[in-house]
Amino acid sequence: MSTLKLDVNSYRDLLKQYIEYQDEQALYRAEQFSKQAIQHNISPDEIVDVYIQSLLDLYPDLSPSVKHSLNFLLETMISFGMAYQEFQALREKQLELQSEISVAANMQQTLLSTTKPNIPNMDLGAISAPAKQMNGDYYHFVEDEQGSLGIAIADVIGKGVPAALCMSMIKYSMESFPHSRMEPGVILEGMNRVVERNVDPSMFVTMFYGLYDGRNHEFHYSSAGHEPGFYYCAAEDAFYDIEAEGLVLGVDRKVTYHQYVQQVAPGDMVILLTDGVTECRVNDRFIEREEICEVLSQYKHLSAQEMTEQVYRYFERLQDFHLRDDFTMIILRRDV
Amino acid sequence: MDLTIEVAHDEHEQVRKVVLIGEIDAYTAPKLKETIVPLTEENGVEVVIDMHAISYMDSTGLGVFISALKSTKEHGSSLTFMNPQERVYRLFKITGLTEIMNIQTDYTVRGGM
Repeated sequence: MSTLKLDVNSYRDLLKQYIEYQDEQALYRAEQFSKQAIQHNISPDEIVDVYIQSLLDLYPDLSPSVKHSLNFLLETMISFGMAYQEFQALREKQLELQSEISVAANMQQTLLSTTKPNIPNMDLGAISAPAKQMNGDYYHFVEDEQGSLGIAIADVIGKGVPAALCMSMIKYSMESFPHSRMEPGVILEGMNRVVERNVDPSMFVTMFYGLYDGRNHEFHYSSAGHEPGFYYCAAEDAFYDIEAEGLVLGVDRKVTYHQYVQQVAPGDMVILLTDGVTECRVNDRFIEREEICEVLSQYKHLSAQEMTEQVYRYFERLQDFHLRDDFTMIILRRDV
Repeated sequence: MDLTIEVAHDEHEQVRKVVLIGEIDAYTAPKLKETIVPLTEENGVEVVIDMHAISYMDSTGLGVFISALKSTKEHGSSLTFMNPQERVYRLFKITGLTEIMNIQTDYTVRGGM
């Protein structure tokens, strides 16, 4: 409060200068004064109080009715000042929460990080971008003891913190599977039991698991209700849906997952994605799967990583750089 | 876009007809859950949800219907969906829910509402 008292004198001089000359400079300095007041958390009623004191200093013979009216103004400003203090406290709390969430988001990034393995004759690309600070999408690469590459991609219903918490659970359950042989159907059955036991009834997870065997170039896969990916056949220069039936994780404990197999020829690609890509809405229009294939086709001369980045940028631009859902895409290409 | 929920009770028939109009997303799903799930908590009741006027549904909507389905199993009631639009039906299909939910479309009609 002492700093404000020091300022009463300068405020009074300022007021006097303005009343006498009505000059711009005094107005400018008054503005500076109010900015300083905000910086020092001085409430509106305190400023009115300073104003009344200055006015009484300048005009000691002020009529009693004006004095009363000024006190009346002061009273009404007090509740205003309280609201302002409350606002300040909320703003501090919000900043605190924001920084907590960004710490959590960083932590999540470290937790969910996966290294893209270098596999001979295989070009891999992956991108995952959250709509908000925290990501409800997840992907993971793992090499098993036979040199096969396991790829997991999953999407938790919803966005933000709850989805991210659930995702961390998925990550740890995945890690606990023995790395001897990662059969897609077996993995999804295991994950289904984990999700069913541990999440709220209205929460569920979609997941796709693929296993690429580099020795015979077979891609084995199973899907738990996940958005179908695309298979690019280089010989025909055509995209096909990767069809796979299976119930989402967390609904029925006893469900089993059928395992499919696809022979991968040189130059062929497996493209996996989450529904943040297909459920992308531009104004009132939905992105059709054909459009995704057209965009993929446009960039197919690039490396797998560059392709995922270009496709992401295309959809980001389309949605005015404001993603509505988490976006994840993985591309695996057998080199020629 | 909002979501309108109309519930018609028919005490004798043990059928609860629910007509949904609009969009189901993260904003409207809580309201939907509050209405649908309690209806399924009555033993022997058949809840019939008319979906034809739902122009958009995202995965949060599916979450609500999944918890309603779990509730029917717990309380001995049943749940039927009528005529979802193609885009909405696709969501049930991809997620494998068409296998465990009773969804009747124009092409698989077994009697109207």
